[in-house]
Amino acid sequence: MRKVLSVLVDNEAGVLSRVVGLFSGRGFNIESLCVAPTVDSTKSKIVITTSGNEQVLEQIQKQLNKLVNVIKVIDYQNKDFVEREMIMVKVQAKTDSRAEILRIADIFRARVVDVSPHSYSLALTGDKDKLQGFIEILSPHGINDIVRTGTIIMERDMRGRRKLT
Amino acid sequence: MSKITGAQALIECLRCEGVKHIFGYPGGAVLDIFDVIMDVDDIEFILSRHEQGAVHAADGYARASGRVGVCLVTSGPGATNTVTGIATAYMDSVPLVVFTGQVSTNLIGNDAFQEADIVGITRPCTKHNYLVKDVSDLPRVVKEAFYIANTGRSGPVLVDLPKDVMKCTMNFKYPEKIELESYCPTYKGHLGQIKRIVNLLLKSKKPVIYAGGGIIHAGASDELIEFARLTHIPVTTTLMGMGAFPASEPLYLGMLGMHGTYCANMAVTDADCLIAIGSRFDDRVTGKIDEFAPKAKIIHIDIDPTSISKSVKVDLPVVGDCKVVLTEMISLLKQRQQDLAALHDRIRNWNESIREWKEKQPLKYVQKDLIKPQYVIEMIDKLIPDDAIVATEVGQNQMWTAQFYKFEKPRLFLTSGGLGTMGYGFPAAIGAQVAFPGRTVVDVAGDGSIQMNIQELTTAVQYNLPVKIMILNNGYLGMVRQWQSFFYQKRYSYTAMRNSPDFVKLAEAYGAAGIRVENPEDVQKAIRQALAIKGPVFIDFIVDSEEDVYPMVPSGSPINNMLLV
Repeated sequence: MRKVLSVLVDNEAGVLSRVVGLFSGRGFNIESLCVAPTVDSTKSKIVITTSGNEQVLEQIQKQLNKLVNVIKVIDYQNKDFVEREMIMVKVQAKTDSRAEILRIADIFRARVVDVSPHSYSLALTGDKDKLQGFIEILSPHGINDIVRTGTIIMERDMRGRRKLT
Repeated sequence: MSKITGAQALIECLRCEGVKHIFGYPGGAVLDIFDVIMDVDDIEFILSRHEQGAVHAADGYARASGRVGVCLVTSGPGATNTVTGIATAYMDSVPLVVFTGQVSTNLIGNDAFQEADIVGITRPCTKHNYLVKDVSDLPRVVKEAFYIANTGRSGPVLVDLPKDVMKCTMNFKYPEKIELESYCPTYKGHLGQIKRIVNLLLKSKKPVIYAGGGIIHAGASDELIEFARLTHIPVTTTLMGMGAFPASEPLYLGMLGMHGTYCANMAVTDADCLIAIGSRFDDRVTGKIDEFAPKAKIIHIDIDPTSISKSVKVDLPVVGDCKVVLTEMISLLKQRQQDLAALHDRIRNWNESIREWKEKQPLKYVQKDLIKPQYVIEMIDKLIPDDAIVATEVGQNQMWTAQFYKFEKPRLFLTSGGLGTMGYGFPAAIGAQVAFPGRTVVDVAGDGSIQMNIQELTTAVQYNLPVKIMILNNGYLGMVRQWQSFFYQKRYSYTAMRNSPDFVKLAEAYGAAGIRVENPEDVQKAIRQALAIKGPVFIDFIVDSEEDVYPMVPSGSPINNMLLV
């Protein structure tokens, strides 16, 4: 089972290494990881995408909470949330495929961030499935490089709104 | 107060925390601190002969007294030498604060002389650790270190002190309050959950209490005794829980697990309700995890949420301090006299079957021509005072002590349970003796493990700490040899301890006393003689070299599958 956790921590030296060390030391998975300060610059938010069975996922949350520098662990299961990731793809663009690639980019609402006689670099933001679809469609053209940011997640403000089922 | 240096401030912090003893070893990076310590007379510094010895001594001091053990060593090798001791304390939840020197802040990361990233190295084996980069942070950090070490599930905290920070000056003020947004251990258990536990156990037919070291850390021994007596529920303890429940109580089953008693392992396997209190379902306790307490509803009371459902799925957990939760349970039970009476009736047969198991397979050995190690333990138990503290090393000596020494009170047994650190017992005994100079302190050792920290004999002699070291000398790393004997066709690969020193002469060379015992009839005399000597004593008991620890559950088997004598 895949799970995205958002971990609010003290913005101090060494905190990330405590979190990452916990995962490696106890054999937990990290699929992706994003770290940056929050509005309050004394705190950082770490968004970790992990996977495991129910027992492992429960342990991960408990072990994270046990770290002295961890203020809060948010599990988005049973919550309304928005999830995004950004990807940059450098795809081979030969004379006969240049137009097609731009059409694909347009369909996915990707932006061209760099052009050369041989390739396009495209940037796209979306959830996991959208990015996966984008990569699959571009693959036949020849992908030279991919860089992904890892997933970030935010709870939706549901005040005064109908809850999505 | 006028400005003082970081080194002076550190000592002021320790005074504010009520520290009376520091165990440690000097070096270049901590010269400033040692310069201050030289003139301090309200805190005693105990110089070990190896930093590992210092940490174990601080650990023994903490386990015996319940106070935080304090350690001070230099940077680099001084710091790395503490790692085994810190990991030992971490596994057994012992409150320590370890101060390590560090190279000056401008040199950190430069591969400077005697530099080690000790904060990085000890991250996974401390409860928390700090690098103090600014002297003004020092009082807050020390306050937090002591608080974190000794609250919740206690454990070691390391504070790394760069040399230049110790030279900086500051206006000293010790904080009165702790402000830690992210650390607040749960002491009071969830009342609804406690009520459900009480209801469940009142309906049980074959309940067993499985108590661990958490009882001792929480000071909940009296509550455990009251709870067991009130409900008539039998009690087994883990290695770390020895002494939490008196061995002489009729409801006591002995230790459970790999070298547990027959009746404890049978009772847990047959139980319909297992009440785990301050214990953590260690693999040495559970054996094959799927077949551990297979018929039981499992209740788990623990202060550490990560211990709950880590290895065994728990039916009714409650996070809280053992003492607080037990007190709550006792008061709820007292309002249920009728149900209690019904429980007593219902479990009478259960306690009867347990008595039969006890009688059928007690712990046993036969004392013939050669000295049996078990006999030595029984004689130690018989001859030393009730309040004596017993440390052990790791291996057969440890298991025989757990089996044959009858612990009646908590904090009398010092042993490395989780990490299983050979060389722990002797320095731990030294630490306990520092905490209680007037009491008898014994270390039960093997001829292998005593050599892992034997240099601490100098410490014992220097500070006149009359620790009695009982070496069960069988010429082997006995526990490993036992495994080789059972599971590796008696291929004793490197477990024979050849060329050991003459322990009597060695003791004498250090300025201590040494006694050798080769005949069973001399065992008692030698122990009495050792107790009468004012200083540290080595007794070298030449014991039966092929004696094994029974019962034994083969690794990975269910615990009712025991090899018996």
